[in-house]
Amino acid sequence: MTTTPPSFESSDSEMFRPNRQLNKRVELVVKIVFATFAFVSVATTIGIVLTLIFETVAFFQEVSLWKFLTDTAWTPLFANPQFGIFVLISATFLTSVIALMVALPLGLLAAICLSEYASSDIRRWLKPALEILAGVPTVVFGYFALMVVSPFLKTFIPGLQGFNALSAGIVLGIAIIPMVASLSEDAIYAVPNSLRQGAYALGATKRETIIGVVIPAALSGIVASFVLAVSRAVGETMIVSIAAGQNPTLGLNPLVPVMTMTAYIVQVSLGDTPAGSLAYKTIFSVGMTLFLLTLALNIFSFWFVRRFREKYD
Amino acid sequence: MLSQKNNLFSIALITSLAVGITSCGGSTPTATVKVDGSSTVFPISEAMAEEFQKANPGIQVTVGISGTGGGFKKFCAGETDISNGSRPIKASEIELCKKGGIEYIELPIAFDGLSVVVHKENNFASCLKTSELKKMWEPAAQDKIKNWKQIRPGFPDTKLGLYGPGTDSGTYDYFMENTVGKDASSRGDYTASEDDNLLVQGVSNDKGGLAFFGYAYYEENKDKLKLLKIDGGSGCVAPSTATIADGSYKPLSRPEFIYVKKEAATRPEVKAFVDYQLAAANSKLISEVGYVPMPEDIMMLVRKRFSDGTVGTVFANARKGSKVKQLLEK
Repeated sequence: MTTTPPSFESSDSEMFRPNRQLNKRVELVVKIVFATFAFVSVATTIGIVLTLIFETVAFFQEVSLWKFLTDTAWTPLFANPQFGIFVLISATFLTSVIALMVALPLGLLAAICLSEYASSDIRRWLKPALEILAGVPTVVFGYFALMVVSPFLKTFIPGLQGFNALSAGIVLGIAIIPMVASLSEDAIYAVPNSLRQGAYALGATKRETIIGVVIPAALSGIVASFVLAVSRAVGETMIVSIAAGQNPTLGLNPLVPVMTMTAYIVQVSLGDTPAGSLAYKTIFSVGMTLFLLTLALNIFSFWFVRRFREKYD
Repeated sequence: MLSQKNNLFSIALITSLAVGITSCGGSTPTATVKVDGSSTVFPISEAMAEEFQKANPGIQVTVGISGTGGGFKKFCAGETDISNGSRPIKASEIELCKKGGIEYIELPIAFDGLSVVVHKENNFASCLKTSELKKMWEPAAQDKIKNWKQIRPGFPDTKLGLYGPGTDSGTYDYFMENTVGKDASSRGDYTASEDDNLLVQGVSNDKGGLAFFGYAYYEENKDKLKLLKIDGGSGCVAPSTATIADGSYKPLSRPEFIYVKKEAATRPEVKAFVDYQLAAANSKLISEVGYVPMPEDIMMLVRKRFSDGTVGTVFANARKGSKVKQLLEK
């Protein structure tokens, strides 16, 4: 077979006339495929929200909003049904606060260490190692809290019960450290070097530079990571269902078993609750409350990040 | 030669695939056994069905959970072949089946014994009356009964921690029915989990803890728990394979039943599945899922009942506390 070299003389050579028609068609197909994917995820979200709304409305036709907000016990499945959502909210709040008291300082310090103190070699190893923590299934964390942390804490906290909010909160905190550390580290790492150099030029020590310049500069990113961590702590399910006990008690005592919103949803969903029953509807009313709380947090973080973002260009 | 063999093989494969696909299409359905009913008996049926289908690939066993009552409704309407019951058939259901023209063979297949356990170092409680269990668990106890000394004057000033299955569980229903009373409801402020392992953890970590669950969970966690004797009016009895089986562990042990449609029992696949469930070799499956198999002498009577095709119920009208063996021998 003889090959004839393409001729470059004439401008209407086959080689230089790309097939625009085909390109356009491919482009269109790609557009449709991507639009479909985008539509599916948006439609799913809308579907979830609509389901939540319908079932919640149905729930409030049977139980008054007033009862929902003022009852002091949460026993919807039992003989004297009471629907005090604050019993669940207080537990969720309690475990989340404990988790954040662990995760925020440790996560932020880890982030500072990684980006400011660790050499690039160490950083290359440390960061993925930290992120492995995020890959541990939360069921494992739950049993870790129940079988290791609780018995350990019991040796010096006499009033501590087998199931308790404290160990669940602590382990929940450990579980979200990687999230705080990784996101904050990205924010800190993104602070331009010129800022650090400026601080050093003014005679600041490394510590002063970090506290006075780098952290304020990265604040919006750090806060965003904190808010995400809060959402995660509020929504986390397995650790609190396993280690915090599933006993709805009102109050903020970390030593006794509590039931969080997510733990309640798990408890009801594990049984065979008939669709349409009041028990079934409570899942959605609790889910809706959880959804609204998380939404409020995210709106706040969105506002905060925009309000305090600092630009260096 | 080799390639020819390969060709033959692939032709065989393709035809068998094609046959498989058409048979899935519904023109020639595989033999199906339809089981429905109690969620308490469900684990036994499910385990049996799983192993049975492995041994008999042509037969499909579907197991539903409509509850004992819901199961009988379908059964008497002729929709199912076998109905699982965690209690004998009721008079209203007997009537329903009569109307639907359904004759049934009643077969007890296992015992369930609910065990009440406390913390290992609990040295004061060893036997509780059912009235004392009622005092702990009844709805009126909520926020009020929080200490062991409220249960019995001799008990020490120890905080009471309660652990039990959630309201959806058959175990919960049965326990409450036989301790608290007819309306079968409890207080709402105890640690409820559908995961029995968590209940074991809870009570073994709580010095004043008390929990109830299936006997199998006690057996599995013997070293961590202390088993209580129960006094249902005729003295203290501890649950054991023997006392559960002979019915002397009262009132927290009960037989579990399957009801087989007489007409369906003539179908080879139904007969094969029931025979499989009653076989002595498969009784280990019953203990695996947390129940107590019936002693062999009772199972002989049960098998005879099935092979004779004896219809009707002997358990529905039995007095409370009657022995399973005597009822079957009648």
